Amino acid sequence: MKLDSAARYRSSHEFVRKEGDLYVVGLSDHAQAALGDIVYVEMPELGKTFALGDSFGVVESVKAASDLYMPIGGKVVAVNDALGGDPALVNRDCYGSGWLVKIEASNAAEFGTLMDAATYEKEAGKE
Amino acid sequence: MPFIANSDADRMAMLEAVGVKSIEELFADIPQAKRFPKLELPEGLSELDVMREIESMAAKNVTASTCAWFLGAGAYNHFIPAAVGAIVSRGEFLTAYTPYQPEVSQGTLQAIFEYQSMAAELFGMEVVNASHYDGATALAEAVLMAWNHGGERRKIALPAALHPEYKGVIKTYFAAFDVEFAEYVGGPANASVDATTACVVAAYPDFEGEIQDIKAGAEKAHAAGALYVVHADPIMCALLKSPGELGADIVTAEGQALGNAMNYGGPWLGMMGATAKLMRKMPGRIVGQAQDAKGRRGFVLTLTAREQHIRREKAVSNICSNQGLVMLQTCVYMALMGRNGMRKVAELCWNKAHYAASKIAGTKGFKVSTRSFFKEFVVKTPVPAADIVERLSRRCIVPGLAMSKYDAKRPDELLVCVTEMCTKAQIDLLVTSLSEAAGEKTNSRFGGEAVK
Repeated sequence: MKLDSAARYRSSHEFVRKEGDLYVVGLSDHAQAALGDIVYVEMPELGKTFALGDSFGVVESVKAASDLYMPIGGKVVAVNDALGGDPALVNRDCYGSGWLVKIEASNAAEFGTLMDAATYEKEAGKE
Repeated sequence: MPFIANSDADRMAMLEAVGVKSIEELFADIPQAKRFPKLELPEGLSELDVMREIESMAAKNVTASTCAWFLGAGAYNHFIPAAVGAIVSRGEFLTAYTPYQPEVSQGTLQAIFEYQSMAAELFGMEVVNASHYDGATALAEAVLMAWNHGGERRKIALPAALHPEYKGVIKTYFAAFDVEFAEYVGGPANASVDATTACVVAAYPDFEGEIQDIKAGAEKAHAAGALYVVHADPIMCALLKSPGELGADIVTAEGQALGNAMNYGGPWLGMMGATAKLMRKMPGRIVGQAQDAKGRRGFVLTLTAREQHIRREKAVSNICSNQGLVMLQTCVYMALMGRNGMRKVAELCWNKAHYAASKIAGTKGFKVSTRSFFKEFVVKTPVPAADIVERLSRRCIVPGLAMSKYDAKRPDELLVCVTEMCTKAQIDLLVTSLSEAAGEKTNSRFGGEAVK
């Protein structure tokens, strides 16, 4: 299981990482491996606001489809358009070019409530 | 002895499980007199006698081919080449159910693919699905799709002049949803649209035959972030700009007009197309072209909304089937007619309808109230339209639909439809008969019996 040590994780397998004033949200390596080849990612509209834990999109693989949940509440200020043409970016580089959305957090303190990489590794390892 | 799989002991066990002692007790809620009524059927008849009786009953049916037929209002009398029936009756197409299994269903899958491709061109849309049950359910599914796409948007704008039965089907579909319908009069640009509007529905043309400004409606809907759903006459799409060109996000149509008999109301064909952006929200199935391991062309079921199988609580629709045989007839019709043939049919409809309208408008007491139309228009009548329908139908001239059928407040309006099937002689006969019908009323004013 690859991890991004700078990121925090939600039990539903999304990660969030602070970049400047924004928070980058993506799917963890553990989740992309479990899903298998990803064929489609349904993204939210730009400017939409979500609370922590809200469903903001859907990721579909050859095996399954599952909702994506916000690891941090806030407004969507960017979506990764590259996933439209190449959704498998999530498989190849989930912490890098396979990111999902960028969020302007409404409550930055939520970041601290998430699991750090070591805790997430232990939790996800139990599955 | 009838074949009933369960034994007396099985039945007793089942009765005991639901807490009753006997079949009689189980049926206690049904009034005694209704439980096992005496049917008092006559003695059986020979096959020959049955044939004669049924044939004499069938002979009482009035059909479009034996009348001067000017009735449309959703069901349209168009020419069906004999080859349509001959091709679809081939044994290879006989199936118990929609076969999506590529190993054994290449013929059917290819037919669906070709139907989708031709319909997409006709509508000016990027994708068309494998079909729905009929035009009304296709439109209701499209509205449901737009409503679901709209998230918190809860308002749906409908044209006041949408077919009343279509309106009924949409409202039935939404009976259990949190939705607000707002009707607009005239063109779709008149719809009241705001940030809570999920979609604007436009009819092309509307129930009264009026061709509204579809493009203006698209601009209005899109400016407010709403989707634009256009229900179109597919024959008209062969002549006028397609709904896609005019800005539709979702297009639906009743496919009956494309090679299918009116059949007293069905089975017909629901057609639906959408933009590529909305493809994954579309109910039903999409068949696509693929390659096998050796690089040979083949056809497979390409896309089905994932929510129909998994995440079902999020499904927009659970329509999984298509209207296989009627879709096939439509496919064969479109392939046989081709682009030029369909345009020719549309031109004939337009020309004949406009000839009829001008003759009717020149008849004393009658006025054509639809301004811009294709093959159907509303005529204001000097005597109740229902009376005209009644009188003329007895002489095998079916002049159209009395608008009072759906709206009692419109007794003096007749919806007249003219297709390529109507001859000049029939149109002239309609005009003279309308004139006579108006005159009959004048006589009866003086206390005399109407001239029959």
